[in-house]
Amino acid sequence: MIPGSKHIWKKYAIAMIWLLVLLWPLLGIHADGTLTFSETWSVWIWIAGVLLGLLMLVLAHRSSTSRMVRAPVAIAMEKINRLGKVMPGKVWMVLIISVSLLFPFLTDRYAQDVAINVLVYVCLGLGLNIVVGLAGMLDLGYIAFYGVGAYTYALLSIHYQFSFWLSLPIAACFAAIAGCIIGYPTLRMRGDYLAIVTLGFGEIVRIILNNWMELTNGPNGILGINAPGLMLPQFSNGIGFEYIYLKKLHYLYYIVLLLCVFTVIAVHRLNFSRIGRAWEAIREDETVAELMGVNIFRLKLLAYAMGAVFGGLAGAFFAARMRFVSPESFTFIESAMVLAMVVLGGMGSIPGIILGAMALIVLPELFREVELYRMLAFGAAMTVMMLFRPKGLIPAKRVGTRSEEREG
Amino acid sequence: MEFFIQQTINGLTLGGIYALIALGYTMVYGIIQLINFAHGEFFAAGGYLGVILLSFLVSRGYLETHPWLCLGGSLVLAMAYCAALAMAVEKVAYKPLRFASRLSVLLSALGMSIFLQNGLMLTQGVYDKPYPSIFSHGNIEFGNITVSYLQIIILVATVSLLVLLNILVFKTRIGKAMRATAQDKVMTSLLGISSNRIISITFAIGAALAAAAGIMVGLYYGSVRYDMGFVPGIKAFAAAVLGGIGNITGAMLGGLIIGMVEIYGAGYISGQYKDVFAFIILIGVLYFRPTGIMGENIDDTRI
Repeated sequence: MIPGSKHIWKKYAIAMIWLLVLLWPLLGIHADGTLTFSETWSVWIWIAGVLLGLLMLVLAHRSSTSRMVRAPVAIAMEKINRLGKVMPGKVWMVLIISVSLLFPFLTDRYAQDVAINVLVYVCLGLGLNIVVGLAGMLDLGYIAFYGVGAYTYALLSIHYQFSFWLSLPIAACFAAIAGCIIGYPTLRMRGDYLAIVTLGFGEIVRIILNNWMELTNGPNGILGINAPGLMLPQFSNGIGFEYIYLKKLHYLYYIVLLLCVFTVIAVHRLNFSRIGRAWEAIREDETVAELMGVNIFRLKLLAYAMGAVFGGLAGAFFAARMRFVSPESFTFIESAMVLAMVVLGGMGSIPGIILGAMALIVLPELFREVELYRMLAFGAAMTVMMLFRPKGLIPAKRVGTRSEEREG
Repeated sequence: MEFFIQQTINGLTLGGIYALIALGYTMVYGIIQLINFAHGEFFAAGGYLGVILLSFLVSRGYLETHPWLCLGGSLVLAMAYCAALAMAVEKVAYKPLRFASRLSVLLSALGMSIFLQNGLMLTQGVYDKPYPSIFSHGNIEFGNITVSYLQIIILVATVSLLVLLNILVFKTRIGKAMRATAQDKVMTSLLGISSNRIISITFAIGAALAAAAGIMVGLYYGSVRYDMGFVPGIKAFAAAVLGGIGNITGAMLGGLIIGMVEIYGAGYISGQYKDVFAFIILIGVLYFRPTGIMGENIDDTRI
């Protein structure tokens, strides 16, 4: 027994009783007039057991009993770290690039499909990272830009047969304009007001997509979008050029990889430029940043627009890949998922967000049979992260403490 | 003209429901200056508890013999349940983060909201759950204007809840402690009022009101769905902002205005875009008059 643990057990007991009270009405009262307990018990015992295990771990961590385990682990970690230092960054870079280039040759369709998903979400996550991680404005309607990008390419492709490559910058422009439209009225707001208003804007975009039948075909969506095409030289009958559509999965993989690399480089360059520093200054303390000569108005608007650009690019790719868009794909849950990636990985940290996107896409794929519990786990993970590790799995290097935090 | 009066009555019914939800936002904001993102989920949970209890009572046959007792009992039980739920959410997602940055609290509350919504979905299913239709029959007609009994029930229940809340906040010791905590947390704790307890109670009261609104929406529209808390949540928040966040009378007024605008907008402009009107009001109010109609206690940095 360590001091203070009695208190913890009491808390645990109260929490579990509370949980039982909250759980039983949902699981135990049935519409046919029966009351059951078995289902509630099994769920409750499961949760209580897991929490008990975690609690034991925490207690062991606090007391000295875990030192036997921790000491060898620490030594091993030290060795791994040293190994990481011996291998220069360039080696890692080459390794990552070659693996990502060779990926389609080593894996099957399913893995490629998942990889494409991951890369799309990496683009989205990095775009949202500009707004949330760098400029510190919580945007809950980010998926609207993804939708704008997707619909831009879809409409251009359907009505005017624009090619994918030409549509990319147009989609990015439209998304940036949408970003400015949403950004402008919200510039004076902070924190939770901003969150709710962006949430509202996201919903407005979705409602418009759903109801503007003439333009978007409403909830039925738009079918028959062209896949990305490319002029390729061909030699079968004389030398000439042939326009082919890149419908195969591994072509799509390379396209999104290209987009993703572009996004990573762009966000990295932005992050370590004057603009990025200004954004971070705004995030840390808006008033001080303004006093130091940062043009808050322009930079916040720019943050919105830049974030939207990457969302729009990812959206255009999404439309080209699915070859079908409908408002169903741009709900609040998607926004929350992108946000969860940014939060889980670490706000403002590029490797963190890549890790977050991989975790949130690949893990549910691995646990297909518990697919239903995906969003439940997301929600719980978001809360738990904020409670225990608010800076994310791989925290950004340059993060200060906000002035209001220090007061407390 | 008759159409207008009819719409006004519908708007009042809806507005009353929004007012009940908006009160939870405004009370919590008044006391900890944070938006309770999970508030819409309390509303949905209330609606679900209502349907669970009422359909249980129907199949046991009690609802036909004592309809009013059953309805009242379900209302009270659902309110108590949501109060307990809100206290749990507050303990898990808000209390440990009392001194953390606002973004962290916001995200943890958002996580809680997603968690609760999916918890409801997993335990109660993805499809709409129908309410027992016993209360939805019958109406009074004045010329061409019809007022259903259900609307009268909702209006009476809403008004009595609002009156009860006003008594609680302005006439009792707990209400006094709540108002004091909202004004100055440090000072009230020096005077021996546990601010943690008061915050917990505030969450519970707000959630209880939202639960009542959930049951009323369930009765009014005939069914509930696991994600029903999302859009009314934003609209009620718009109502709270419109009335001046932190101000109880303002939230009631704001709720009524939002409900009316939505019904008039759906009736006279476009039914498809009825959800948009509340958002436009929200954005307009925040842009032109961030303190709302009746609010005054917001300092500049908070917006």
